[in-house]
Amino acid sequence: MDAIDRQLINLLQEGLPICPAPFRDLATQLELSEAEVIERLKMLLADGTLTRFGPMYHAEQMGGALTLAALKVPTERFDAVTEIVNAFPEVAHNYQRTHELNMWFVLATETPEQVDVVIAAIQAQTGLKVYNMPKQREYFVNLKLDA
Amino acid sequence: MIEPLDRQLLTAIQQGLAITPRPYTELAEKLALSEQDVVTRISNLKRSGLIKRFGIIVKHRRLGYRANAMVVWDIPDALVDELGQRISQQPFVNLCYQRPRQGEIWPYNLFCMIHGKSREVVEAQLQTLISECGLETFNYEVLFSRRCFKQCGAIYPASQG
Repeated sequence: MDAIDRQLINLLQEGLPICPAPFRDLATQLELSEAEVIERLKMLLADGTLTRFGPMYHAEQMGGALTLAALKVPTERFDAVTEIVNAFPEVAHNYQRTHELNMWFVLATETPEQVDVVIAAIQAQTGLKVYNMPKQREYFVNLKLDA
Repeated sequence: MIEPLDRQLLTAIQQGLAITPRPYTELAEKLALSEQDVVTRISNLKRSGLIKRFGIIVKHRRLGYRANAMVVWDIPDALVDELGQRISQQPFVNLCYQRPRQGEIWPYNLFCMIHGKSREVVEAQLQTLISECGLETFNYEVLFSRRCFKQCGAIYPASQG
């Protein structure tokens, strides 16, 4: 990743222009050719710096639901429980964290009712209590990371 | 209610946009729309808030943001909105939510995320956060992430009518 890639990432975090030729638009802003922008983006996706290129939806407005949940997993069972939890397609992120509640994951489901179904299934398969912490209020932030 | 055509469009682009000079032409053909129609519909979906962001999903670890801390606070309910808004305005805070307490094991009701290039940076930012927002008297904990097992971006299935 070089200085131009960093500029490109910083610019794209503000959003892709929504127009018929968005990469030409970006190219103009960065004083590059359209072909170079496309080439660089393909490289950044191929090497895993960018995971996806496209929209992020508002789950609740789409009729779905998101929640953050945690488990208190005994150390010796950690890998086995990770495998069970990650096998659920509704699990979007999963992090091990430094706390008694040591596994934290996000569930994204197509309907609000499915959150409870998935949580019940995770409890049944792991034998552990799922602490469900849906957001009650969101405070808006600037989501940009400096590349 | 989302129009069926918009829903089809959202499903078609959720895995990502083609990285080609005219990314919407193929999509337009598939949905029997004009390219301009597709662009207009996507702009409208963005404006309505259904598309929260349209751009890239960055792997923060790949950009050198290796320390990812979830900082959680036990804030009196009457103050949570005011402090949540104040915390969210710090430039290094990536997310800020009010969530329900879970009894003794988890007395915290305000969550924020700080991504930094090292633990030292994150810890310094946390001290800034405490003094800038007047958080000195509240209990908090910092949960650093040790391992990330899954990060697929919240891809949301749009298949339902």
